[in-house]
Amino acid sequence: MNLFCVGISHHTANVETRERYGCGMDAVCALRRSTDCAEALLFSTCNRVEVYGVSDRILETAEIARCLTAGCSEEAAAFYRYEERDCVQHLFRVACGLDSMVVGETEVLGQAKQAYAAARASGGAGPVLHRLFQRAFRVAKQVRTHTDITRGAVSVGSVAVDLAGKIFGELGERKVLLVGAGEMGERTARALLSRGVRDLRVASRSGDRAGDLASVAGGRAIAFAEWEEQCREVDILISATSAREPLLTQEKLRPLLRERWDRPLFIIDIAVPRDVAPNVNELEGVFLYDMDALQSIAEQSMALRREQVAAAEQIIAAHVADFSRRLVRDRAADSAGAIARDTAISEAPLRAAQP
Amino acid sequence: MDRLLLVVSTCCFLLAVVRSALLLRTGNFRPGRSNFFAIVVGFAFQTAFLWVRGQALGRCPLTNLFEVFIFLAWSVALIYIIVGPAYRLSLMGAFTAPLVLVIQGLALLAPIDTPRPPKMEVNAWLEFHASMSIVAYGAFALAGIAGLMYLLQEGQLKRHQLRSVFHHLPPLTDLYAAMTRLLWVGFGLYTAGLVSGFFTGEPLPKVKMACAIAVWIFYGAILQGRHLFRLAPRHVAVLCVIAFSAAVSVLWGITFVSERVPG
Repeated sequence: MNLFCVGISHHTANVETRERYGCGMDAVCALRRSTDCAEALLFSTCNRVEVYGVSDRILETAEIARCLTAGCSEEAAAFYRYEERDCVQHLFRVACGLDSMVVGETEVLGQAKQAYAAARASGGAGPVLHRLFQRAFRVAKQVRTHTDITRGAVSVGSVAVDLAGKIFGELGERKVLLVGAGEMGERTARALLSRGVRDLRVASRSGDRAGDLASVAGGRAIAFAEWEEQCREVDILISATSAREPLLTQEKLRPLLRERWDRPLFIIDIAVPRDVAPNVNELEGVFLYDMDALQSIAEQSMALRREQVAAAEQIIAAHVADFSRRLVRDRAADSAGAIARDTAISEAPLRAAQP
Repeated sequence: MDRLLLVVSTCCFLLAVVRSALLLRTGNFRPGRSNFFAIVVGFAFQTAFLWVRGQALGRCPLTNLFEVFIFLAWSVALIYIIVGPAYRLSLMGAFTAPLVLVIQGLALLAPIDTPRPPKMEVNAWLEFHASMSIVAYGAFALAGIAGLMYLLQEGQLKRHQLRSVFHHLPPLTDLYAAMTRLLWVGFGLYTAGLVSGFFTGEPLPKVKMACAIAVWIFYGAILQGRHLFRLAPRHVAVLCVIAFSAAVSVLWGITFVSERVPG
């Protein structure tokens, strides 16, 4: 029996190449039919297309690549191949987000669970792949629990949302004011809305755009001239205008803060040039983040995640060793008991397959 | 024999401190159950010590500076066990354990466990007054710890430098809420302790009374100053730390003096 993984990912191929292999389950069925592959599972995301399989004989990489492109002759140079222990290690690393474009991202785990569920439903995943994927899900959970690999936001929008959470906790009752109706501001506001914000106010020099955005996002438009006064009330201010000079300075903001001495004000200035004078951050209770600061936090989070890679690899290595040992033992035993047990397990409810 | 219980308790808190320190050093801090468990076990041994000592004395073990410090450490652990999980301030354990360790360690090392007559006359009001006041100090200690956590979190947010511990610290508004609630709890208990002092039927030492009232006024001023003087949360946090340091110094001073100057 040969356990293998053949695929392409963002490491080995550009998006144009990858999208040519964005095939469906038919390819896996074809693979199983044409190669006598005992088990086969297709794992396809925007960053990777991989086939995990178990076969009696060693299948050529080109043979598998052909199945993935429905017979079209494609060069197999971009494909990587992992076998046995390396295959186990690769899947565990993928499930933990170590092989992802954004290290530590968790979406890939959900995608792996979906791929596994689809393979179970089509009969492609048998006892070996069942155990392999179940273990991969366990490893990913352990890595997430015992390391900081998924900690911290790594995009500007999610950094802003994370910071708001660290200042205010629950965001449901927080009031958000968006000044300027540009795309970046809208995206940040939407990220906050997705975290439970219900009170969004939009002020823009172009009243129509403010109205449109407010109605789409479920907020309300206010006159541009009123936005400064709103700083007495709001908790989060997103500033994204195209003004050439700072709109908000210490002198303007200080009197507005007198009535809110015990409530913090979080200002997200994503305008370039900046809308808010940098020394506003020195005011008591004000937390000002501009694009550079947000970008820097995203980089810090990424650095923190990279620092955690070694700890994650240690956990993975222990599981790879254990899993490989069991795999070899079961094969050596080659007993009906082991097969019967595996079959029983494979018929267990799809508990782990739920995203 | 009873000191052995205290040594075991101190070891539990030391374990919690060492674990947190090692994790913080590796930049991989995560408040886990083991820290809370170590504190609970340490607290159980503290309780056992106080019970054994109380049985021997035939009264609440607050007869000398050593016992006052141990009772204070016990109160801090008690309030943490009640408050910490309720407010999901799990990281508070990493800050509480060192404080308890320092108080308890100093009490064990310093020659302050002066012998007392084994059976003393029990005055229920006096015991209530003393124990209530010390438990109030426990709440003040936790308010100070919440204040420290607030300053740490606020500093990181202001400077845009987020370390690993940032992700495990609670939000600023939660810390501020915990701070003010702990201040109110401590203030309520301290007021009860202070008032009960007038019912002991014993003459009230002037210096002791003045110090106790000064501490009461200080905490009252912090609570009211939030509105009257529009104190920002950061200032409240700083005052919580200062007030607890001052209160502990006063407690030490009062007990130290009363041991040497009876009445």
